Amino acid sequence: MDRFMWTNGLLEMNETLVIQQRGVRLYDGDEKAKLEVGVVLLSTHRLLWRDLKNHECCICIPLSQIIFFEEQAAGIGKSAKIVIHLHPAPANKEPGPYQNSKFSYIKLSFKEHGQIEFYRRLTEEMIQKRWESTPASQPITATAGLKTGRTRAVGIVGIERKLEEKRKETDKNISEAFEDLSKLMEKVRLSVITFHTAAKEMVELSRSIASKIKDKQGDITEDETIRFKSYLLSMGIANPVTRETHGSGTHYHMQLARQLGDILQAPLEERGGMMALTEVYCLVNRARGMELLSPEDLVNACKMFESLKLPLRLRVFDSGVMVVQLQSHSEEEMIASAIDSVSEKGSLTAEEFGKLLGLSVLLAKERLLLAEKMGHLCRDDSVEGLRFYPNLF
Amino acid sequence: MHRRGVGAGAIAKKKLAEAKYKERGTVLAEDQIVQMSKQLETFKTHLEEFASKHKQEIRKSSQFRVQFQEMCATIGVDPLASGKGFWSEMLGVGDFYYELGVQIIEVCLALKHRNGGLITLDELHQRVLKGRGKFAQDVSQDDLIRAIKKLKAMGNGFGVIPVGGSYLVQSVPAELNMDHTVVLQLAEKKGYVTVSEIRESLKWEKERACHVLDHLLKEGLAWLDLQAAGEPQYWLPALFSELSSRDVTPEEANQMTP
Repeated sequence: MDRFMWTNGLLEMNETLVIQQRGVRLYDGDEKAKLEVGVVLLSTHRLLWRDLKNHECCICIPLSQIIFFEEQAAGIGKSAKIVIHLHPAPANKEPGPYQNSKFSYIKLSFKEHGQIEFYRRLTEEMIQKRWESTPASQPITATAGLKTGRTRAVGIVGIERKLEEKRKETDKNISEAFEDLSKLMEKVRLSVITFHTAAKEMVELSRSIASKIKDKQGDITEDETIRFKSYLLSMGIANPVTRETHGSGTHYHMQLARQLGDILQAPLEERGGMMALTEVYCLVNRARGMELLSPEDLVNACKMFESLKLPLRLRVFDSGVMVVQLQSHSEEEMIASAIDSVSEKGSLTAEEFGKLLGLSVLLAKERLLLAEKMGHLCRDDSVEGLRFYPNLF
Repeated sequence: MHRRGVGAGAIAKKKLAEAKYKERGTVLAEDQIVQMSKQLETFKTHLEEFASKHKQEIRKSSQFRVQFQEMCATIGVDPLASGKGFWSEMLGVGDFYYELGVQIIEVCLALKHRNGGLITLDELHQRVLKGRGKFAQDVSQDDLIRAIKKLKAMGNGFGVIPVGGSYLVQSVPAELNMDHTVVLQLAEKKGYVTVSEIRESLKWEKERACHVLDHLLKEGLAWLDLQAAGEPQYWLPALFSELSSRDVTPEEANQMTP
C-alpha cells in the first residue's frame, strides 16, 4: 500500500476512464488497509481508489507500477479479490496514505461484485499499455526498476530478488489454473461432441418433418404435430411450423395460458385492463421464484388466449409494444374513455392521462395514439412534449 | 418399338406413382417422428450426464457460459428458448438468464424518467449488480447482452446500440435510425453534443442535425442546455457518468414512474 499517492481524482489530458466499481475494499498484502470501502477506478494510465463518503480521500497508482495480477476466488464469507503485485515505489514518489509497507502486493476486495468485468478491463489495459503512447500531461512517476541510487542498492536488490521468486511462483500458479481451465473446456468439448452429432441429426430431421407438415405430405395428425413441436421445444430448436389454430403452441403453452388467465385477472383489473408484456413477465417470474418462464414461453402462451377462449388477449401496437389486455375492456371503451378524458381537460399528454387513469405512461400513450388513429384526437407535437386535443375537424 | 402413349394409360401411371409417393411420404414422416423421439431420449441421457459433471461450472463461471452458448450456437440450438427446454431443466441455465431479464427490466423502468429509456451497458451492469446484492453470483456484461437479446421477444423496444467501445441499451420503442445512433456515438465522449460539432464531424446540413436532435429531445433522450457558453448543448442523461450524477431515491423514482 506504500505505492499509492494522494490525488485529486481528476483525469489528466489524454487519460480516459475505462471502468469503475463501487464496493471495493483495499488490502495491504493480506491485511485490510486502514481505509473504508470505496470505489475503484481504472483509467488508461492509473488505478485509482476513492472513499465513497469522503470524496477528498482519493489515491492512485500508475499502471506501469503493476508487475502482475491474478484473481482470487470468493470463499465462504469472503468476497472475490484481485491480487496486484507491484514494483517497489520509486524514490521520488509523491506522498500517500502509507509511508511504508512490508508487502509488495495489494488486493482489491469486491464486496459488491464486478470483479469479472474489472479483471477483464485491467487485462486489456495492461496489454495495450496506452499510457506509454499517450503520456498524461502531469508527470506520472515511472517504475523505479533499477533506477535507484547506489546507496540503497543492496536492499533493493534483495527485495527485487524476492519479488522475482514470488512472481515466478505466481506465474506457475496461474499457468496451472489455466491448464485446469483448458482441461475442463476439453472435457466439456468431448461431452458436447458425443451429442453434437445427435443434436445435429435431430435438427435436420426436424426440418425434414416440418417441410412435410407444411406441404401436407402424409397423414400427420394434429396430435403428432403437437408432439413434434414439444420435441423442438425441449431441444431449443427453432420451430419452423406455425399453425393457424395453435401458433407455436404445445401442451405446455396451453397449460401456461390457462394459468396466466387465472393469475392475471386481478392485476389487470387494477391496472385499467391492460399490462405491458414486460410487466407481466416480471410479475409472473417474481411470483414463481424458480422454474422461470422464458420471454418466448410467455409470448407463445399469450398467443393461445384466443384459441383457448380465455378472457385475455395478446395485442401488439403499431409501435411494437406488446400488451395483455382483458377482453372485457374493448377497443371502443378504451377510445371512448380517452376522448372523454381529453375533452374534459381540454388537452392531455401521455403522462397526465396515465396519472388520471392509473396507467403506465407507455400504455396511456398507446391509448391516445389509438384514439388519434381512429380520428378522434389530434396531436400537438413539439419539443415540449406530445399533447393531444379533441379533433374538431 | 412401342411408342410411349400419351393418354389414359400414361395418366393412370402418373396417378399410381403419385399414390405410391404419397404413401411412402406418410410412412417416412411418421417414422421420422418416432425416430426423433428415440433420439431425444438418448440425447436426454447424454445431457443428464453432462449436467451432473458441469452444472456448477455453468453457474459459477461467466467464461464457461460464453463458451457453452457458442457451442450451442454451432449445433443450432438455443438453450434459452424455453424454460421447459432440457437445457433449462437440467442445467438450470435458463433461470439464471430469465431472472437477469427481470432485473434488467426493473432497472430500466426505474431510470426511464431520467434517461428516456437509454442507458449505458456499464451503468446497467453496475445497477444490476447492486440490486442483486452481496450474496448473489457475479454477472458479466456478456450475460446482460444475452439476457437482453431474449427480452426482444416481448416487443417493447429492447435493443443494444454500439457506441465508442461499449454499448447503449435501449428499453423503449423509440425509433432510432442510423442518424440518431451516429449522433449518440458522437456525444459519447463528453456526454453532450452541439449542432456545430455535428456539422463539423459528420459534414451534415444544419437542418439534418437539428431534425435528429429534436427527435432525441422529444423522445426524452436528450436535454437542452440553453445557458451553455457559446451555443446550446444537447446533453444525453444516459451518458452521464455515475460520478457526476445524483442518485435518485426510491421515493422519487416511485413518484415519477407510474
